[in-house]
Amino acid sequence: MLAFLLTLGALLGVVIVLAYAERKVAAFMQDRVGPTEAGPQGSLQAVADVLKLLQKEDIVPAAADKSLFKLAPILIFAAVFAGFAVVPFAPNLIPAGIGIGVFYLLAIVSLDVVGLLMAGWGSNNKYAMLGAMRSVAQIVSYEIPAGLAILSVVMITQSLDFQEISYQQGALMNQFPGLEYEMNWLFGIEALGINTTTIGGITTWNIFRAPILLVSFVIYFIASLAESNRAPFDIPEAESELVAGFHVEYSGFRFAVLFLAEYSMMVLVCLVAVVLFLGSWNTPLPNIGPVALAYWTSGTVGEVSGILWGIFWLVSKTFILLFLQLQLRWTYPRLRVDQLMHLCWKVLTPVALAVVLIAGIWRLLMV
Amino acid sequence: MERTAIKKHTGFWYVVKSLLSGLSLTWKHFKNARNRRTPEYVTDENYFKQADGQVTLKYPYEAIPVPDNGRYRLHNEIDDCIVCDLCAKICPVNCITIESVKATEDIGMTSDGTKKRLYAPVFDIDMAKCCYCGLCTTVCPTDCLTMTPVYDFPEVDIKNMVYHFTDLTPEQAEEKKQLFAKQQEEMAAAKAAVLAARKKA
Ligand code: SF4
Ligand code: SF4
Repeated sequence: MLAFLLTLGALLGVVIVLAYAERKVAAFMQDRVGPTEAGPQGSLQAVADVLKLLQKEDIVPAAADKSLFKLAPILIFAAVFAGFAVVPFAPNLIPAGIGIGVFYLLAIVSLDVVGLLMAGWGSNNKYAMLGAMRSVAQIVSYEIPAGLAILSVVMITQSLDFQEISYQQGALMNQFPGLEYEMNWLFGIEALGINTTTIGGITTWNIFRAPILLVSFVIYFIASLAESNRAPFDIPEAESELVAGFHVEYSGFRFAVLFLAEYSMMVLVCLVAVVLFLGSWNTPLPNIGPVALAYWTSGTVGEVSGILWGIFWLVSKTFILLFLQLQLRWTYPRLRVDQLMHLCWKVLTPVALAVVLIAGIWRLLMV
Repeated sequence: MERTAIKKHTGFWYVVKSLLSGLSLTWKHFKNARNRRTPEYVTDENYFKQADGQVTLKYPYEAIPVPDNGRYRLHNEIDDCIVCDLCAKICPVNCITIESVKATEDIGMTSDGTKKRLYAPVFDIDMAKCCYCGLCTTVCPTDCLTMTPVYDFPEVDIKNMVYHFTDLTPEQAEEKKQLFAKQQEEMAAAKAAVLAARKKA
């Protein structure tokens, strides 16, 4: 229960920062100033928006399918929020440390699609329906390259446990029960003879242990943009064509929940990308001989210092990816539906399959 | 006409390059957002030299200066007005309302030497209706109706957008009307007396 409340609180905080950052980043990229009035530099604007939404009337259209309409936002948010349960925030700090976390995450996040369809169908509005259909088509399609990219990580790390995957990517590896005698080699190849187990830092991140994972990282990142309905894959919410897609009929609190779910999804996919590819909560600084940068910036496992360093690195890496998401949104135009499907089925999926094959061969080199 | 195929750039690296150049463009703007345009008049040396940075003007807090001969809100120098009604007649939207009362005594001259013969108990311009065409200022014979560089004069109550330029209080206006009516009466009486005298003769 405590983990639930803490995660929810942290998530709300991050989403508010993100909503503010989105406006400021968008403004700066377009030579504008963004919000300036509420609070210093407009920093309370997002808070003010939330308060405004909470005060608004909760309108349910007369022709809507009322129970579906009312249930959908809750389902969407619950699905996304449940995903956070298995994300490790620091060594020894994970809301629910289950052994098949990766599998659980893929499954629970797919539930999102059902909620989107319920919202679109229940609204009884043609734009909402179109948006929901596009959204479902897009998310279901992009789950395949995303899943394959994650699969290649699972093959390299031989684990479905997020915490174990995290430990493998740093100098603290041997402190994880079951990994005491594991070794990390540069690029994962023992034949090169460079032992990176105690060097840690960036050299043991998954994209370095098996450089082919760099490709799957790119695939996963593109697919995750599509899964969180972000530009340039925002055709389900295309403001200019669909007046915001499946949530066009929502107002007040329910809209706030949908908005929250959408931004939480962005945060979640970035967190997962960091955990799987970019060294999770591990420091990027390696130990160089006597200069033990990695140990200095990792703290002690199981103590407050370890938790704080872990959260610091995880959050800062996540925010870099989130910034990239924002920048992509304000740089690229929206794709057409056929281009979207072309990219998914004819480019990303075959490449992801090839990456899975190569990852398997790589794993053979690693043992 | 024969059409030739347009050669399009294709290929993986070309696409990657163009994607990256897009990102670098937005990044450049993001970086330059540290600077902000200064609100300066167009004649300022700096005006055309600020290609980068934020362009937003935080309006109520700062404003770009307008030209000295900017033509926005109307002003009537009522002391110079001869109440000729030309401005009200030419106004395309009929937003000038003038009532006039003939003066009974000599009320002086305008600053350009025109003799004034009329009082204006009502001289109202409804700035909410005005389209700022400036026609009224061109026809004014004494140049007393002018446009000023003031452009920021919003009001909460739209009634306040009607500007009253008369210099007479309602009592004074009433008094002038009485005086004029009395003079008319006296003149009528004098005329009648003269007529009666003529008939007798
Ligand atoms: S500026 Fe034009 S619209 Fe305004 S009062 Fe004069 S004549 Fe009428
Ligand atoms: S045209 Fe000029 S002088 Fe004549 S009434 Fe109008 S403001 Fe007065």
